[in-house]
Formats: sequence, C-alpha cells, structure tokens
Amino acid sequence: MEGWGRYPRHESQAIDCWLPAALAGTVASRTGLIGRGNGRSYGDAAIGEHSTLMCRGLSRMRRFDPANATLTVEAGVMLSDILRSFVPRGYFPPVVPGTKFVTVGGMIASDVHGKNHHRDGGFGDHVIEFKLVGAGGEVLTCSRTHNPELFFATVGGMGMTGIVEEATFRLRPIESGWIAQETIVAENLGEALKALQQTEDATYSVAWIDTLSQGASLGRSLIFAGEHATLDQLAGMPGADRFAAKNAGRFSLPFDLPQWLLNKTSVAAFNELYFRAGARKAAKSSLVHWDRYFFPLDGILEWNRLYGRRGFLQHQCVVPAEDALPVLSGILDRFARSGKGSFLAVLKKLGGGNGLLSFPSPGYTLALDLPVTQEVFRLLDEIDELVVKAGGRLYLAKDARQSRQTFEAGYSRLAAFKELRKVTGADRHFNSRLAKRLGI
Amino acid sequence: MKGIGKTLLLIGATSDIGRATALIYAEAGWDVLLAGRNRSAVQREADDISARTGANVLVHELDILTTSRFEDFVGVVSPLPDTAVCVVGELGEQSRAERELEHAAMIMRTNFEGPALLLGLLAESFAARGSGTIVGISSVAGDRGRASNYVYGAAKAGLTAFLSGLRNRLSGSGVRVLTVKPGFVRTRMTNAMKLPPLLTAEPREVAQRIFAVAEGGRGGDVVYVRPIWRPLMTVIRSIPEPIFKRLRL
Ligand SMILES: Cc1cc2nc3c(=O)[nH]c(=O)nc-3n(C[C@H](O)[C@H](O)[C@H](O)COP(=O)(O)OP(=O)(O)OC[C@H]3O[C@@H](n4cnc5c(N)ncnc54)[C@H](O)[C@@H]3O)c2cc1C
Repeated sequence: MEGWGRYPRHESQAIDCWLPAALAGTVASRTGLIGRGNGRSYGDAAIGEHSTLMCRGLSRMRRFDPANATLTVEAGVMLSDILRSFVPRGYFPPVVPGTKFVTVGGMIASDVHGKNHHRDGGFGDHVIEFKLVGAGGEVLTCSRTHNPELFFATVGGMGMTGIVEEATFRLRPIESGWIAQETIVAENLGEALKALQQTEDATYSVAWIDTLSQGASLGRSLIFAGEHATLDQLAGMPGADRFAAKNAGRFSLPFDLPQWLLNKTSVAAFNELYFRAGARKAAKSSLVHWDRYFFPLDGILEWNRLYGRRGFLQHQCVVPAEDALPVLSGILDRFARSGKGSFLAVLKKLGGGNGLLSFPSPGYTLALDLPVTQEVFRLLDEIDELVVKAGGRLYLAKDARQSRQTFEAGYSRLAAFKELRKVTGADRHFNSRLAKRLGI
Repeated sequence: MKGIGKTLLLIGATSDIGRATALIYAEAGWDVLLAGRNRSAVQREADDISARTGANVLVHELDILTTSRFEDFVGVVSPLPDTAVCVVGELGEQSRAERELEHAAMIMRTNFEGPALLLGLLAESFAARGSGTIVGISSVAGDRGRASNYVYGAAKAGLTAFLSGLRNRLSGSGVRVLTVKPGFVRTRMTNAMKLPPLLTAEPREVAQRIFAVAEGGRGGDVVYVRPIWRPLMTVIRSIPEPIFKRLRL
C-alpha cells in the first residue's frame, strides 16, 4: 500500500467497509488499524500498521438542511461529489484543498486548509459535529460542547483517535460557480510575502513560486487572489452559464514517465512559460471556473505518475510570519541551488488551527514536490533544521520522512494528544505507519 | 431543484446499478420511489439521493421472493410510476446450486420468477393507463448457457424471453418494454475480481444508458450497455453445440 507520493510502500491488509453499521464490529476486533479515505495524503498517514479500513464505501449523503446550509454525510463521501451536487444549487464547501478527490473523513483528519485559511480557518472550523467510532467500537458524537477533547483531537488527528463515521458541516452560499481572479506579479520573495499580506482581505489568495529562479529574483511569484463572482460581475461576461457544470476535459497518465523527463531544463522552460502567461493576465481581473481555480492539477488524473516509479515527496512547512522572509529565502535558495526540480512551489498565508495536531499556525506555508532520490533526503533534513529553528512545523498529511525530533519540536500540543489517545484506548487500536514512525 | 412531475419506481434500490440509476433520474428532476428488501438500507439510499439532488424520494419495503405481496404492492404504489426499472438480481454460486436445490431455486426465483411477475403486473397497470416504460435488467449470461453459471444464466434467459413476449404483446399500446444487458459492471459484487476493462462498465454508465434509452427513446428495445457485447454474443450464440459443449468460456 502507498500514499499519493508512492513513497513509502508498506504491507497492510485492506479491509473494505460498505455499511456504517458494520464499523463498530470491524474496529473493535482489530489493532494496528487506521482509516483511509481516498489515499490523497502523500506519505504513510493512511497506511495502517497491520490493517487499513477503506472508508470509501461510506459514501452516502445523509441530509441537507437548506435553512442553515448544513450538510451531513458519511465520512467516505468525496469532495468532488459535494461540488457536483451543490455548486449547481448555489453552495460551496467552506474549505477545499488543492484536489477535489479527497473524502470528508480525510479532510477532517488532516484539518485541511484552503486558499481561504487566513480568513476562514481550516475545514475543522466549519464542522459542527461528527460521529466517531472509538477503540471498543463505541460510537461517540463529538462537537465543541459534546466530547470536546475528542473533537479537537480528531480534527487534524490523522485518524489516530478513531474512525469518523459521519459528519455535519456548513456550506457557503454562492451566487455563481465562477471566481473573480486577480493576478499580481511579484519579482521576488519579499514582494510575494507583501502581496499575500496585502491580499489578506480577499477570500482566497495563494502564490505560485518559480523555484528555479535565483539571486535577486529568488522567489518570483504570481499571486492569485479570488472571490466568488457575483451575479453583477457575471452580467459583464455574456454567455457565462451561472453554475457552469464543467469546463475542461481531462485525461490520465497511463504509464510512469522516465525520471529524466523531469529535469532542470524542462522545468525551467515550463516555469518560464507559466510566468509569462500569468504576467500577461496580471492586473486585469478575470473570471475563472471554480474547477480551474481550485483544482488545476485534477485535470490530469494520476499526475503522481509524472515522477516515475520511485515516487516523490512533498515538503510542506509553516513558519511564523516574523522570520518568514529570511527562513523561506534560505529554504528556497537551497532548493534552487540543489537543482532538484519542482514544477512550482505554493506559498500561502495561514491563520491558526484549532485541533491538537492541526498543521496550520499563524505564518506562511511553503509546499513543494521533489522526486525521491538519496540526496533529496539529506537536503530535506537540512531544511527541516531551518524550519525547526524558526519555530515552524511540517504537515503530516504530506509527510513521509521527517524525523521524530523535527515532529516533536513542531507540535507543542503533542503531549495532550498522546494522553488522550492513552485515556481512550486509541493508542492500542489505531496506528498508522506514520504514527509508528513518529512515535505517536 | 424543481420536480418535473414524473415518477420512477426503482426495484432493487440497494444494488450499485439501482442506486446509480435512481440518482440519474433524480438529477433530471424526477420523483423517485425506491423499493427493496431491507428498509433501513433502502432508506439510506433514499436519504443520499434526496440530499444530493433535493428530489422527492419515497421508500417501499418489498422482497422479490415474496410474490404473494406483489398485487398489494402494485395496488398501493401511488402515483403509478411513469417508468419502472427492476435491477434485482443474484449471481449465487453455481457449484453450490449444482448440489443444493434450495440455492438453485433461490437463484431462479430471484432472477426470473420475481422480476417477471412484478414487471408483468406493473405492465398491466401501465397498459390500462395507456402509457409507461418497463425496464428489466437481464444479462448476457442469458444469451447462452455456460458451465460456469448456467443456473443464473437460465433464469436470466427466462427473463429475457418474458420481456420479449411482453414487448410483443404491448406493442402499440403506449407501453414500452426494454431489456438491458449490462455485461460486466464494476460493483461491490465484482470489486475483488479482475475484469476486462473494455467489457466492463461503471454503474453510472449503465444508469446513463438506461436513462438515455428509456427516456430519450434512442437505442432500440434490447440494449447492451457496451456496444461491443452485441457482436461478441452473436458469435458466442452461433457456435454449434457440438463444439460449444467442449469449450470453456
Ligand atoms: C494534489 C493535492 C493537493 C493537495 N492540496 C492540499 C491543500 O491545499 N491543503 C491541504 O490541507 N491539503 C492538501 N492536500 C492533502 C489532502 O488534502 C489530504 O491528504 C487529505 O487528508 C486527503 O484526503 P483522503 O480522503 O484522500 O484521505 P487519506 O489520504 O486516505 O487519509 C488521510 C488521513 O485521514 C485519515 N482518515 C481518512 N478517512 C478517515 C475516517 N473516516 N476517519 C478517521 N480518519 C480518516 C487517515 O487515517 C489519514 O491519516 C493535497 C493533496 C493532493 C494530492
């Protein structure tokens, strides 16, 4: 079994689950078990120590209450299904990650952040309650008032507190399926951070960094700010269908690409084109379909195969705002000098997270992909040192390799999390490869 | 979502094909009546469909083996649906059916007796009204008996013949009768099996085809979901028996 990055790979017995009613029995009779949604976490978070409970069969929506726009679904329901059903009815999920092929259970367990984290917080902040199947098979309703400790441990808890059976959360009303986007060009990292600061009032904002440019243009970026387009804005665009269902076709990679294809030259050429195209659009505001704006990578299904059979790593850290410029420059500089290609890196501003192990904390987060090679591990260890020194941390949903020391330095509420696992018996039942590796 | 004032009756709502079909109709604005054996399981599907689409979805408990209740059921189904789709089926185990009469009988009754009697009854009501569409899900396995699943195949062959006769009789009455043969479908039942991609459809694909043929009026009375099945089964049907009996297909 493997995660989205195809590294690492471990033996784990897959157990199918089709009915919520069957959860209690399955959970109670196993140890070394972890829930798995759609396997979009990169590393070993969704690989059970012994067995892995496949939650995708829990794919039924339960009810929608239009009076307050709350939706209750089983945990295996995919974000793509929610979008399909609710965008045409004028609602959008409160928070979405960079791919729509994730489950609600996975979004809660990772407390995923979107391009609106600086304003709206993580997915967990919009969850009203959920049902959690604990170690003995008991089903507990958790909310901010009901079993609150378990609620805040499960949000961001990477499945280590139990199996989420179903969850209720808020949707946001939208006037159209389009995003009014503004593009800002930043010539270097300092400008990029400033632009993200300036676009803080925008609902959505994110920067795409060219990881290969060095020196004075280290960190040159395009910053995309976005708002859900109003009907008025749409009126200026004749022919635009209000809730346009689909914008682009998609295709999938049917085979693994050889690693040489992903070299410095090809990436540099790609980035050059990308930035020139972006710069042309800059300053002008444009309307972008929600699918293109939020999920550009989903257009190519199975793009993880781009990196070949050895797989790839994603490194995502967050560092406090005060030291962000020197620390992130240091990191980017090391990446640039190593020549390890990543098409693009993503930079964004985060607010705080509320789960005990939630990744987001106030500051800036940088994420980039790297193919698996021996030297990359050494490079990343060095970079982790910079992150730890700055008081930052790494995102567990992306992690495949960080050391226990890096992890423990980054997550200050770890002791409370471990204690809760002990008290509820979760530590003896729910264990992923990630939990073992990091000693949770 | 605004309803369009039409009603689908879906019999066998907890199967993957049934669920996908009901969803396609609901997305198109139809009201949906779901019938199935296990009330709470059917209710789960009903909740799912109404949350996803905003459609009106009602639930009826109905066991395809309890034929004595069919007349009551058709009597109380109100309003009388515009289209009735029966996806009920049970593959069973061929080797067990060879030894246990009861298992063989269950396969025959689930795939033939139950669906045929129920769709026959519904067709009577539709004919009295002078309109409606009946869709029976049969199988390519009914096109020719094979060693590996002839109990199931025979029952499906029976259903295919029944639907063909029903269609013949009701021709010109305003009632349409469709026979759908899905071929291999990627479902919970076949989840662990290795199926040939070219011949294997997704439940949603089957559902879309059913909707297109039943409501779009395109594609004839006997539908193979993947077109490639038609020539394939023509070849398989035309192999002479003396040769066929020695083949392992
Ligand atoms: C292209 C891409 C872009 C991404 N962009 C972002 C982004 O912008 N922001 C962000 O925050 N993340 C992002 N991610 C990461 C992704 O959102 C998370 O990894 C997410 O958790 C994956 O969901 P999943 O359903 O596939 O879960 P899995 O990967 O299967 O599991 C993830 C975790 O959730 C747990 N889990 C799953 N289901 C349950 C359940 N029912 N009960 C309890 N625990 C459960 C698992 O044990 C595991 O720890 C991105 C990933 C990809 C591939």
